[in-house]
Formats: sequence, C-alpha cells, structure tokens
Amino acid sequence: MPMRSSEVIVIGGGVNGLACAARLAAKGRKVTLLEAGAAVGGGAGEREFAPGYRAPALAHLTQGLDARVVEGMALERHGLAFHPALATTVLSGAAEPLLVRGGKTSGPDTAAWEALHRKLSGFARVLAPFRQMRPVRLAGENRLFGLARQGLGIRGLGRGDFRELLRMVLINVHDVAEDELTDDRLKGLLAFDATLGAWLGPRSPNSLILYLDRLARGADPLLPKGGMGALATALGRAAEAAGVKVRTGAQVERVLVEGDRAVGVRLAGGEEMRAGLVVSAMNPRTTFQKLAGAAALDAGFFKAVGHIRARGAAAKLHLALRGAPEFRGADPRSRIVITPSSEAVESAFNPVKYGEVPGAPVMEAILPSAHEPGLAPEGHHVLSAIVQYAPHAPKAGLEAARAEMLENTLKVLEAQSPGLRGLIVHAELLMPQDIEARFGMVGGNWHHGELAVEQMLFNRPTFAAAQYATPLPGLWLAGAGSHPGGGIDGAAGWNAAQAILEAKA
Amino acid sequence: MTALTHFRTPLLQTPFHARTAAANVLNRWGPWGGYMTALCFGDADMEYTAIRNGASVYDLCPMVKYRITGRDAAGYLNRLTLRDAGRLSVGGVQYTGWTDDDGKLLDDGTLFRHGPEDYLICCQERHLPWFLASAEGFEVEVAEVTEEIAALSLQGPCSATVLQAAGFDVFALKPFRMARFPFAGGEITVSRTGFTGDLGYELWMEPGQALPLWDHLMQAGAPWGIRPIGTDALNLARIEAGFIIANMDFIPAHQALREDRARSPLELGLGWMIDWDKGPFTGRRALLAEKEKGSDWVLVGLDIPGNVSAEGSILYYDKRAEAGIVTAAAWSPALKANVAIAQVKARHATGENLWVEIYALRELQYAKLMVPVTVAERPFFNPARKRATPPGRV
Repeated sequence: MPMRSSEVIVIGGGVNGLACAARLAAKGRKVTLLEAGAAVGGGAGEREFAPGYRAPALAHLTQGLDARVVEGMALERHGLAFHPALATTVLSGAAEPLLVRGGKTSGPDTAAWEALHRKLSGFARVLAPFRQMRPVRLAGENRLFGLARQGLGIRGLGRGDFRELLRMVLINVHDVAEDELTDDRLKGLLAFDATLGAWLGPRSPNSLILYLDRLARGADPLLPKGGMGALATALGRAAEAAGVKVRTGAQVERVLVEGDRAVGVRLAGGEEMRAGLVVSAMNPRTTFQKLAGAAALDAGFFKAVGHIRARGAAAKLHLALRGAPEFRGADPRSRIVITPSSEAVESAFNPVKYGEVPGAPVMEAILPSAHEPGLAPEGHHVLSAIVQYAPHAPKAGLEAARAEMLENTLKVLEAQSPGLRGLIVHAELLMPQDIEARFGMVGGNWHHGELAVEQMLFNRPTFAAAQYATPLPGLWLAGAGSHPGGGIDGAAGWNAAQAILEAKA
Repeated sequence: MTALTHFRTPLLQTPFHARTAAANVLNRWGPWGGYMTALCFGDADMEYTAIRNGASVYDLCPMVKYRITGRDAAGYLNRLTLRDAGRLSVGGVQYTGWTDDDGKLLDDGTLFRHGPEDYLICCQERHLPWFLASAEGFEVEVAEVTEEIAALSLQGPCSATVLQAAGFDVFALKPFRMARFPFAGGEITVSRTGFTGDLGYELWMEPGQALPLWDHLMQAGAPWGIRPIGTDALNLARIEAGFIIANMDFIPAHQALREDRARSPLELGLGWMIDWDKGPFTGRRALLAEKEKGSDWVLVGLDIPGNVSAEGSILYYDKRAEAGIVTAAAWSPALKANVAIAQVKARHATGENLWVEIYALRELQYAKLMVPVTVAERPFFNPARKRATPPGRV
C-alpha cells in the first residue's frame, strides 16, 4: 500500500538535499532526510585533514547561495553570514601580481576589463532567472508565461546587446579573451574562472557560457563566516527548524519499487523505510543504476543515464602550514589564482585528455585560516586550493598520478611563494577518484555530471528526467545533477521542491 | 592492411544457396537482411499452390537471430518484450514484440526457449545495440547468431507427412512447440511454427547440415510435390494469414525518420500480446497511458470488392477525407476474395463509410476505382489443419 505523498524521504544531505527537504517541510510535508555521512553538508562541509588543522571538505568558496534558499530557509537567522567578497590576486609567472575586484583592476586593460565585465554581467543577469525555472521542454507542457517573461528579459537587452549575446553565448572563452583583452594575467583569469570545475579547456566550444553561469550564480566569490562548515551547519539547523527529520549515518542501498512506484528505501543495515515520495539529491547515475535498478526503468532511459558525461578534472589540495605563506605581497585574504595565460590553462588541460598529469597546473588557492584563525593552531595556516587539471582516468594509476600531481602543484606554488614547501606539515591531494569515493560524485565531477551546454536545461541530467520528476512514479531528483547544476548554491534542490509541490499528487 | 573486397559481393549467400541457385530458373533474386533470397523460382502460382495444397520449402536463413543466455535471461526478456517469457516453458515458442520507451514497436518476432536460461529470438530487423543496451543491469549474454544457424521453413498440408517420410515424426508436436531429431550424425530442431497460416514447420540446423537436409527432404517429399518457394508466394500466403512485416506494415520505431510514423502494438493489433501483470517492461508506462487515452491508429483487415489488389492505396472516409493506407493487399486464391491489411485512424476502426481509391493499371492507362470496403476478421484464411494435433496424414 503506497503511503501518502505527504511523507517524503530525501536522500543526500548536501546543499541541494537540505534546500529541497526544508522547502517541502515548510510546506507541510513530513520529510525525513537521510545522509550517509556523519554530518550534513556534502561538498560544503569541513574536515580535520591533519591533527589540529581543519579545511573545507571540498568546496572552499561559493558564488553565493540561491537567494530563495537564503530567504526561504532564513539562513541568516540560523547563523549564516559571509565575509566581505574576496578580491582576486592573479599570479602570472614573473609578471606583477594583479588585483581584481569584480570589474575593477589595474594595468593596461583596466578599461577593457571593466567593459567586458559589464557586458558579461549584463548577459548573466538576463540568463540568471532561467536557473530558478524548471527547464523548458522542446515539446510538451511548458509554463509559457514564465518563459515569455524571460524571453522579454533577454529582448530587453536591446538590439545590439541581444545580437552580441547570441554571438557570444556558445563561443569559447579563449576567443573572447583574445578579442577583448591584451593582458595575459586577465586572459588567464577569465579562462581559468570559466573552466573551473569543468572538463574542458578555454578553447573548447561553449566554454564562455560556464563563465556566464558563474556570474549568474553571484558576482563575487564568498566565504562564509566560520568557514564552509558553518554554512553546512546553518543549512542543517534551518532544515531541522523547518521540520525536517535529519538522520545521519543512514546510507541508502536501494529504492524500493512496488507496483511501478517508488515506495521507500532500504538502508545499508537492511532497515526499510517507506514514504509516499522518494527524492534523490544524490548523483543521477547512482540514483538510477544503483538505487532504482534497471528492471524498474525503461531500457532507453537506462541507457541514456549511462551516457551522462561525468568526468572530473579538478583536484583538491589541502596544506597544513607551520607559518603564513607569502605570495609575492598578495593579500592573504584574497583569492589567489595562479594562471600565467589562457594558453597555460589550455596546456594544463591537454594532458588529461590522454590520462596524463599536467607539468604546470593552474589553480585557485585561498587561506581559510587567514579569515578564520581557529582552523589551524596559533600562528599556523591552512591552504586550500582547487588545482586543474587532474586526469579522471590516469594512465599511470591513481597513486602515481596523485604523487605526480602533488609534486607539480607544489612546484607551481613554490615558484609563486618561495619557501612554502618548507612550511608544510601535512599535504593532502584529492584526485577526481578520491572525490568520487568521498562524496559520491561520479567521475569526481563536482556538478554530478559535467556542466556543459549539451547537458544543460532540458538535457540535464537526461531528457526524460529533466524536470526533476523521473520516469519512475514517486521518484524525484533534486541534486546538482539536475538543472541548473552545482556550485554550493541550492537552486536545483529548491526548484525540485517547487516541482514536487506543483505536481498533482 | 587487409584488402577490402566485401563490396564485390554486397549480398551474402545462404547455406542453401547451391540448391536454391540451381532451382531458380528465373534467376529472380532480391535482398533480404544482407542475403540473396529467391523471389520466385519459376512459377509463383505453383509455389503458392504448394503452400496451400502440398508441401513447400522456404529458405529462412536471412532471418536475424539472437541467442540470450544467462541467469537473468527470463528477467531480461520480460523487461525487453511484451509477453511473459518466464511463463514460456522449455521447448516452447512465443510470437512476441518489443517497443522503445515510448511504447512504439521496434519489431515482432518469435522467441524460442531452448533451456531454462537459453532463449533464441528470430526477427526481421537487426537489434543488437538495443538488445545490448537493454542488457545493462542484467546477468545475460546477448549474441547475434544469424550466421551460425541455418533455417528452412516447410509449410503446407502435407508437411507433417513429408517430415515423417523423412524420418522425423512430428505428429505429436503441438503448435508453438519444438522437438529435436537426430540427423546425419548430428541433430536438428523442428518447431511447429511458420508464416503461412497453414500447417507447417521450421527446421533449425547447423549450416553444414543445410545441403544434406535439403536433399533429404526433397527426395522424401517428392511424392507430395514438394517444391522450393520464393518470397512472392510466401507474401501472398502471409497476407491471407493476416501477418504483418516490419517495414511493410509498420515502420520500426528506431528506423522511422518522421516522429509520427512509429506505431504502438496497440495500434498494430498486437495489444493481446501485452502482459500488463508481469511487472515492468520497456514501454509499459507509455502503453498504459495510451490504453487509457486511446490510440491514434488501428490495424484492420479489409475485404474489397472486385479483384484488383489495393496495395499502397489510400483509404478515404466518405470518399473525401483521408483515413489511412493499405499496407498489404492481394487477391486471395484460397478465399476467392480481395483482401487487404491497412492502417486507419482509430475513429474509422469499424470501416463505416470507408472507401479505397485504387489505381488499376490497364495497358498503360490507369483506371481510377473508388470502392467501399468492409472490415474483415484477421486471419482471413484460418484452416483447422493449422491447429490440429495430430495433423492429418495425407
């Protein structure tokens, strides 16, 4: 006997799972959230990686949470606050470090950067509302009113800018950098930020749209007060305050299917829990292949799920340091991006196509301990860096690739911060495979499926499950694998809850 | 580098080719599934007469065959096909079909259960990518075995008697059952199946047994006028039997280029196949929705006045509004009737005020006929001997 749809199980206590659960609970659904780990937060948590040193579990910055999530969950009341937006210091070979704050910078491209930033931010502004909509369909039912409004928003750009948007929306970011800029430091920054977390290089087709998506999420990188762990804590508290029953250490092994309907879940220990709806904020491929299983799904759909591209190319570095590192005079509270040029980003991408490690990776590093002294012992520091690109399928094997990646990364860091290697107490490098094992991200891809033009909107994660409902009645998706993707943002979870609330039953 | 010469012989020859080529006095060949197949050996009327009055052999080798083995074979086939493959007993045969996620027919075919975990699918079109994709998550092996199995169809009211004369006593064999018989130091499988709607059998063997078996059957069957038949005669028999063929009476969903051309089993008169209670299968949700909402199309048998075959003709409601198309048609010698199979829009299922426009070519001039049709039960030709066990001795 299926239970009423007012009883909901949400699988996965990451940002999207929490956002979805909280919204459903606030609307009167009886929600139980199951998290396999010891604490909620997923990619937004915090972890002691060496005795006395705490670092972000995975993500170390956010472009800002979805405004609906912040407001709807009253996150500020539950302790969420951000440090002032981080400025960016670009370190580019032997060139002078360059400070960038939004559209403001210095050097020969001061005006060009401001103009480019204004133009791209304008495009991002008209595209941003799509992030909060259920993806449109090419055929079938659409919410024409909302769609028309967004369409008008785009047309509101004016004829010239509208044409410019159409020209640029699917272009590669390297061409944009070449067209609009002369300063390699800025070209490198643009190329790096566009491809951060993606499996493509700046010269890959459609790479600019990822930069627009980044700007649409928020103008500047933000660090929560208290560290990423505080963001996870605030989300968890807000969810519980909304009425969500959170169970940690509850690993879901199977979605129970009866009479062609998802009716509950079985936990790793064998315990069965039943509910009217099962919402998976886990990876879509894991959800369908491991939890639901082939027998309950049509063959064409199951095949499409297997074809979701999910290659991660970002490695995560955590360094425990016995002193403050010095990056050529850079503000230790800034976001340090080491990227010599757009070509250098492309060159760092090339080897991963062949399962090899780049000789000179590019990276984004922050010193969380410069903002939150409590993360490391007195006078000590923690460095957190996202290093690109790391092969998701290393030819040399995981151990050898990890060692080589760490060595090459430290070499690049040492060049920009002489003496840094001597400060290292402990180093941890997470390769895409490590990230997959620790966070359940298939292929180690942050977005639970590559965020790329052909896997966006009505194709995310796959056509037949693009509107959060899945072909299996009673089973819904709410994770980053769905529109609009991940990035410590919560939009996918919130949109999913909205779709569930609007569904007939 | 390998020298590529395949283009010099674009059509393969079947294991029976040495005999079919010798018998094909008209040299009338057509392509079927990449093989050369005889359209007519000498006289299509005599070949048709052998099907209905004597014994006929038809080279079935080009039929595409897949072997499904493994622990989940039954579960896999239940997810893939419309009927319950688990309830098919070992030694049994099932006429079945399979659809895509949207419930549109990909093909129909026969499913043979050789063992608890050993099945064979025979069908018209190739489906290996789909069958392999469907195997994800199941413990099964899917292998195309078209070239490993030679097959010969023996059809006609004298077929059981011919087989007995050849040393294969099939009198106890019921329709849609099969049995194994020793032959020439090996074994062959005989199933009571066919595509003629008559008493008939299909013989399955290793390719090396093909020529000896052909010779043996021709010798044993000579007193009953056994003769090889081509596709032309078979097509006439299958229309009388009301059977449909992929790419003639329906477009397999994977091949249809136009979105609205795919048809569901419900729309093709195969709704009876669907086992709604066996559990989930590919297309079930879409078919259930169609069943509730109603189908757009329906496949009907037609009886048409006169004797001009209506193949390919357009059907009209009230002589004006297009209502469907005739996919197969023939003057039936057995029934002395002009029969047809047609796809019509569902609201015309009763055939009321339905007309067919036939262009009859008479010595380089078309005569345009607009004649009323009536819906007729399929199979049009349905003799008791098809089902009788034991079949009559002749």
